[in-house]
Amino acid sequence: MVEPARDTQAATKVVPLLKDELDIVIPTIRNLDFLEMWRPFFQPYHLIIVQDGDPSKTITVPDGFDYELYNRNDINRILGPKASCISFKDSACRCFGYMVSKKKYIFTIDDDCFVAKDPSGKPINALEQHIKNILSPSTPFFFNTLYDPYREGADFVRGYPFSLREGVPTAVSHGLWLNIPDYDAPTQLVKPLERNTRYVDAILTIPKGTLFPMCGMNLAFDRELIGPAMYFGLMGDGQPIGRYDDMWAGWCTKVICDHLGLGVKTGLPYIYHSKASNPFVNLRKEYKGIFWQEEIIPFFQAATLPKDCTTVQNCYIELSKQVKEKLSKVDPYFDKLADAMVTWIEAWDELNPPSGASAKVANGKA
Amino acid sequence: MSVVNIKDSDVDIIIGALRSDLTSFMNEWRSIFSRFHLIIVKDPDLNEELKIPEGFNVDVYAKSHMDHVVGSSTSVLFSGYSCRYFGFLISRKKYIVSIDDDCVPAKDEKGFLVDAVDQHIMNLTTPATPFFFNTLYDPYREGADFVRGYPFSLRNGVMCALSCGLWLNLADFDAPTQALKPGQRNSRYVDAVMTVPARAMMPISGINIAFDREVIGPTLLPALRLAGEGKLRWETMEDIWSGMCVKIVCDHLGMGVKSGLPYVWRRDRGNAIESLKKEWEGVKLMEEVVPFFQSVRLPRTAATAEDCVVEIAKAVKQKLGPLDPVFARAAEAMSEWIKLWKALGSGSLPL
Repeated sequence: MVEPARDTQAATKVVPLLKDELDIVIPTIRNLDFLEMWRPFFQPYHLIIVQDGDPSKTITVPDGFDYELYNRNDINRILGPKASCISFKDSACRCFGYMVSKKKYIFTIDDDCFVAKDPSGKPINALEQHIKNILSPSTPFFFNTLYDPYREGADFVRGYPFSLREGVPTAVSHGLWLNIPDYDAPTQLVKPLERNTRYVDAILTIPKGTLFPMCGMNLAFDRELIGPAMYFGLMGDGQPIGRYDDMWAGWCTKVICDHLGLGVKTGLPYIYHSKASNPFVNLRKEYKGIFWQEEIIPFFQAATLPKDCTTVQNCYIELSKQVKEKLSKVDPYFDKLADAMVTWIEAWDELNPPSGASAKVANGKA
Repeated sequence: MSVVNIKDSDVDIIIGALRSDLTSFMNEWRSIFSRFHLIIVKDPDLNEELKIPEGFNVDVYAKSHMDHVVGSSTSVLFSGYSCRYFGFLISRKKYIVSIDDDCVPAKDEKGFLVDAVDQHIMNLTTPATPFFFNTLYDPYREGADFVRGYPFSLRNGVMCALSCGLWLNLADFDAPTQALKPGQRNSRYVDAVMTVPARAMMPISGINIAFDREVIGPTLLPALRLAGEGKLRWETMEDIWSGMCVKIVCDHLGMGVKSGLPYVWRRDRGNAIESLKKEWEGVKLMEEVVPFFQSVRLPRTAATAEDCVVEIAKAVKQKLGPLDPVFARAAEAMSEWIKLWKALGSGSLPL
């Protein structure tokens, strides 16, 4: 029986690594009570809250947190017509937070995710682990059977070529979930009582050329290295699909990371996922995705980017062209999505112009 | 046996004996090994008689058998750690489990003894998923499943041909690494089995493995012998080479390789610094080996494991042979091995 950490106030003194270089992006439609549990770990950091749904509702942020909050009105005001690329009534709207952030690193977490406990009962500082993952190299070109070789107590195994032991920069750190696992609707319906109680004490690099389903519940990334690829697509209100936002971002991100020689890690840290969403509601949202992913996956598996695409933006625009070319025939939705991908990059570049000056980054103003 | 449909008689446990006194080794494994047939192959360079305790269903093979079966000039293929391959050759079982003779059963995080054989067989008899990575690792494990976003058409998986286990205490590091960290011991029990994705290369250690002999048998082969090869794993690369071949063949034939559980406890043995002084040719050779295997392309016509090995041997001779005589010899050994396998390895009658 797995349980969340109940009292994190007693958590050992936290040294907030990258305190001024990392933003925590949280999409929400209800409330942010969950932040109380995370306070010892999150309080030193700046939060970007993206409020989905009715903008006239007030979202209360617990005292003591430094944050900026954006609702739909803000998104429309800031992006103008380009706001069309940001989803409404879906947590995909969180990627707006990535765009307005001025920091190098992003950590994003869902508002139904709590602090988990490791097997010894100690509360897990998920943010700290993500930072460790991101600050140490990845090893996508050769699989290490003892997992992350840079972890204390581990190393490269016999046979691992020395020329590959420096690794490459880590762009993404993908964490996991105890209690309610991230299953799709059909699996949830078949196994409504299954809980993830297995703590797998590993972090590993996903090999180059291999795709994976990226979940946005507990995710960190280097915004400078891969930010523009983290577009969470057109989901929710007015769209034929939902619950594929993070999947879409993950497939685009992995293809681009593979092309640019960047690494993606998965494994620790765990968070405690408390809410199982309604599987019937989920099924309706995912339904088309379940069929479409059979076409989408081979598309991404076969996608290649030309050598002259050397920036994330160029790679992403190129991908959008290929999406339009190859996936439009699956459904006209992909045509719209391809356009939205371009809009996203335009908006990203507008809000993140290449800066000449290396001034200290300040937090953005809502 | 806790796995449905697999009979104990489908399994051979094959141990390469590099030391003569196997009493403590066999006794430690007794509760796990005793219901299976064992094949113990003595390193032909070992002169002493093997000491094996009573109570096992075991066949022992030594240099004399090798000379008789393959001829004394060929039996040199089976020197040192490669002696186990003789066992692989003559076995007639579907599943082989092979563990180094300096390993004993490990305990999991709850303190229970790990049945490595049971876990290996479980790995081999549940599908592998090499075409898409499942973030909750092996989806067929109890309490796990495929995650959201995993395409349904890939959820049947493919056959698992090889299961690579891990090691607590003395991990399989190379000599330079262990020499740099002489006190480092692996105490992290990672409770996962996962499929190593297609086209991802990996260092397959021979210390704790199991495989489906029927589908992949000929691909586990004694070929790369270092000039200074010794009787410690730090002084060998034969399993790493063999493993690279296995992975390429599995990728080509659409089969899977799993890595992770089970753990064995590997006893402290040898001195990494001494091994390093003596031999680090293997470390240098990997720099050539990796780009070679990255570039190997097997033709569509290679539809069996034997065909694949023949093709790889040709490519080794052509591309790596000119770089170092050790590769030219490896290519020869591979061709030799396939001839042996065709003559002796297949067929249902034991030798």
